[in-house]
Amino acid sequence: MTSDGSSPRTAEMEPDDLLEPGQARSPVPKATQHRPAPLAAGSTAPAKQGLSVRLEGLRAFYGESEQVKGVDLDFRANEVTAIIGPSGCGKSTMVRCINRMHEEIPGARAEGRVLLDELDVYDSAVDVVAVRRAIGMVFQKPNPFPTMSIFDNVAAGLRLSSRGRGDLHGKVEAALRDAGLWEEVAERLSEPGAGLSGGQQQRLCIARSLAVDPEVILMDEPCSALDPIATLKIEELIAELKQRVTIVIVTHNMQQAARVADRTAFMLSGKLVEVGPTQEIFTTPSDPRTEEYVTGKFG
Amino acid sequence: MSARETPPDLLARFDVSPARRRKDKIARGGILAATILALIPLVLIVYYLLRKGLSSWSPSFFTTDPTGNTFFGGSNIGGIKSAILGTIEIVALASAIAVPIGVGVAVWLVEYGRASWFANIVRFFVDVLTGVPSIIFGLFIYIVLIVGTGSSYAGYKGSLALSLLMLPVVIRSAEVVLLLIPGALRESALALGAPRWRVILSIVLPTALPGMLTGVLLAVARAAGETAPLLFTAASTHATNFNLGQFMNSLPVQIYDDVTSPTTAVVNRAWGAALTLVVMILLLNLIARLIARRSRLA
Repeated sequence: MTSDGSSPRTAEMEPDDLLEPGQARSPVPKATQHRPAPLAAGSTAPAKQGLSVRLEGLRAFYGESEQVKGVDLDFRANEVTAIIGPSGCGKSTMVRCINRMHEEIPGARAEGRVLLDELDVYDSAVDVVAVRRAIGMVFQKPNPFPTMSIFDNVAAGLRLSSRGRGDLHGKVEAALRDAGLWEEVAERLSEPGAGLSGGQQQRLCIARSLAVDPEVILMDEPCSALDPIATLKIEELIAELKQRVTIVIVTHNMQQAARVADRTAFMLSGKLVEVGPTQEIFTTPSDPRTEEYVTGKFG
Repeated sequence: MSARETPPDLLARFDVSPARRRKDKIARGGILAATILALIPLVLIVYYLLRKGLSSWSPSFFTTDPTGNTFFGGSNIGGIKSAILGTIEIVALASAIAVPIGVGVAVWLVEYGRASWFANIVRFFVDVLTGVPSIIFGLFIYIVLIVGTGSSYAGYKGSLALSLLMLPVVIRSAEVVLLLIPGALRESALALGAPRWRVILSIVLPTALPGMLTGVLLAVARAAGETAPLLFTAASTHATNFNLGQFMNSLPVQIYDDVTSPTTAVVNRAWGAALTLVVMILLLNLIARLIARRSRLA
């Protein structure tokens, strides 16, 4: 683990959260020795900041087949970075490596480093469960837990990680407000989450991941199953959420990337072609392949 | 048809030849005939059960134990109380053994073992176990726990034999249901930072519960109707017994004993007991359906 000094340091990070239980109480955790001592940071701190994510030589495999072929990429804190590229270019796989969901698939593995701020999430001292608490994920299809009510869906992340004590109702309400869903569901929190419309379900899933208070949220084509109005709501939400989290969004919809993203990365065949301010990628890309893709000549 | 005639050549293009219509009719008729043929024995079984069984039903039939007095004109032969309670006790213990183990094996196969060589070996042996005749399970318990230990018959030994019989049914049905749970559900729970065991306990199992219940009750129903594993493990007795360490009566064994009797009244008791067994299993299925429906709404 190197400290290159270029990534912004944020005081809100809780290093204890990222360590395995056995090490959590040691005064100077091994994996975070280089880090500045955290300020008094509660999980309910109002002005929570996102963290930067840096990929260094990331490669991802399914069995023998290499899907992500060495990507170096920075996701800046509290910015929205869109990943675009044709189907099968490895953008979803790459994103799934960031919160280590990739390794859930049998035979899948990743190489290289993923730095959350300065912590390598693949470090052997780092607990995968803690990584996923810090880096939330929203999936392509809205998937509320079918056996649970709206309230329980949002509370699920807290309960499942044994943090359901304290002001659970307050946390659920805050998460639903942040996801722009509170007004619509306040009167029917005990109804099943699966009874909501597709767009509401997806905002419920966003609320669910916000409830565990992540520093980064990964969104894997979050609007591809939604109609344009529901999509617009999610996009407005993304613009608000970046105040407090870093957002990485995979999208097939280039207008969407142009609307929501501060920076855009273009991927092709498992490699990063270029990354830059969204405006630049869509108007004056430096690579001819990017230009062909964003102008609709292929993909 | 409206006033406008369809041009005959156009109609011909969309018509089906008479030969094909005929073939279709024959095939449909064949399938219907096969369905009716399969229903005939089913209807006959229910008919005879009701006709012969209902006549021996009476309040005392369910509240008295068999007396064993079967040779003297059938006076006061007693009812089947000990058999009903024995079946419930034996099957309850068998389920208490087989269901947790079976669900555990299924969870391991689906969530952890997946396609590993060991998981595949387990699946293979579970399939083999499914095909083992029920008397072999009885024989196995008889040799190991009765001949092997030099001890006597006991209700719990019958339960063990039945639990072996139930185990593959529970494992296979639970595995099928667990495989139906979308992977996205597990992923979204894992992505919230939930440990895998919490995901299984709080998300996967509750979602799978209604389906699993159906499989479990299928296994229970099968076990409740088995005679062979009980014959030389739990044996039979007349008195009602709540000690699973003792000989224990059960409905299938009582039916087996009664139908071979020369006394008509005792044979009729077998019909009554058979009808009771069928009704019990039917009730069990109804309860399962009700529970399944309610949990789907929750």
